[in-house]
Amino acid sequence: MNGFISVLKREFKGYFTTPVAYVFLVIFLFLAGYATFEPGRGNFFLARQAYLRPFFANLPALFIFLIPAVAMRLWAEERRSGTIEVLLTLPLTVTQAVLGKFFAAWLFLAVGLFLTCPIIFTVSYLGDPDWGLIITGYLGSILMAGSYLSIGIFCSALTKNQVVGFILAVVACSVLVAAGSPPALDFLSRWVPGFFVDIFESLSFMNHFDSIQKGVLEFKDLLFYISIMCGWLIATVVLLQNRKAA
Amino acid sequence: MIEVRNLTRIFGPIRAVDDISFQVGKGDVLGFLGPNGAGKTTTMKMISCFLEPTSGTATVCGFDILKSPMEIKKRIGYLSENAPAYAEMTVSAFLKFVADAREFKGEEKKKAIQRVIELCALESVYHQTIDTLSKGYMRRLGLAQALIHDPEVLILDEPTDGLDPNQKYEIRNLINKMAPRKCIILSTHILEEVEAVCTRAIIISRGKILADGTPEELKKQSREHNALLIRFQSSMEDPVMEKLEQIPEVEKVEILEPGKSFKLYPERGKNIIESFGVYARRQNWELEEVGREEGRLDEVFRTITQ
Repeated sequence: MNGFISVLKREFKGYFTTPVAYVFLVIFLFLAGYATFEPGRGNFFLARQAYLRPFFANLPALFIFLIPAVAMRLWAEERRSGTIEVLLTLPLTVTQAVLGKFFAAWLFLAVGLFLTCPIIFTVSYLGDPDWGLIITGYLGSILMAGSYLSIGIFCSALTKNQVVGFILAVVACSVLVAAGSPPALDFLSRWVPGFFVDIFESLSFMNHFDSIQKGVLEFKDLLFYISIMCGWLIATVVLLQNRKAA
Repeated sequence: MIEVRNLTRIFGPIRAVDDISFQVGKGDVLGFLGPNGAGKTTTMKMISCFLEPTSGTATVCGFDILKSPMEIKKRIGYLSENAPAYAEMTVSAFLKFVADAREFKGEEKKKAIQRVIELCALESVYHQTIDTLSKGYMRRLGLAQALIHDPEVLILDEPTDGLDPNQKYEIRNLINKMAPRKCIILSTHILEEVEAVCTRAIIISRGKILADGTPEELKKQSREHNALLIRFQSSMEDPVMEKLEQIPEVEKVEILEPGKSFKLYPERGKNIIESFGVYARRQNWELEEVGREEGRLDEVFRTITQ
């Protein structure tokens, strides 16, 4: 337990001792705000409704680039600089180290999402928003962020090179975001049997995010995100442990 | 305290460590010698539970590296090659992190950090970021990190590599000071270091142990062990060379300075100082200097590993 907490603390502080945190936060907050209020596509004003849908709707696309950027250094940097030897000869398990890093980065993303709170003040000033929707929207966003992050961590553990880790994670996340879109499904259905297309569609981040965003907090959506996170984190632990042996 | 049994590690087609076995006890300082890529680092990584062996095992303080790595990690201090540390952290933050992970709390933690700061002379860089440290300070920080919990077993991979002579001297002093209470394994390329700090040396090449003994025992394997270095007061007449070769048990004579200074190699395992003394008196030779060589580790190293 101590190992987990100390890794978490170190990683979380690590974001703020390097420029990563500030660059990420500024860009994330700018893009999230811009996409919400941008007159063409971000139809916040056009909708004439006090709700955060235009804000949440942009997050999956933003996360594709921003979360792999947060995750890429987590293992790749340890391996490149050799500090992984220091880390893994401390009395902590690989699982503790992986979880410590994951929760540190997740907490950091939660800070980023928390800093979007002016948008809540805006809607509550402009009208009378549905607070349930806002809460589920944020919950959905944080779960989705965790899922992206778990993929990012896995990709970071695959390589010594941060850039390679970043690109792999961007590709993997885009596939999972695009999985539910009609063009992707249409393309796929030409090649593979129908039940496979259904499975693929059910892997889509978007579909699960949409229903949470609508205020429907279903067990299956929670289960989806949690199992994605667990799956990739377990894969990361297995990968790192295998490297010890092979 | 460390017992290595048939440890083997294979990386693809390479047998990095090939069926090696040895034991190290408390108070021992074991020097690991060998050319680059001999398997020193791999062996040390396996003992520190960073890598798992392909076959064979080792026990540290009675715990098996495969069955209870956590217990071993608690008792071992490991300084890896190049002494890596998180570049963006300050020295103090890094040591606090290591102390946290090693389950130090409150007052105890402060004391532990204070102790290694003094031991490794890191006071002046305490608030500096690791990025800005010189190589010598990096090593010392790595050593501080390995010593923070005052471990029973210390594994040091090239602890003095890249340091200047003063820093090397300090680190060796530190190792000598700790040696009686601990079990230490260190790897090095520097043979004088073995003589300075090690109670025992293992020469390893291509994953196999080629020699194992105290530095003195290893030196005895040298061709120069017990060789005599002689210097006459004045230049000698010519047949001196033949005369020297006639001395019983002298195998070879090397000319260092014609007519004046020679090196006499004995037959293997023989000591020629007495027979030389008897012979010299009989010849009434006036000698300026007679010296006996102990043998050179680097020569033993070269003959064994080539």
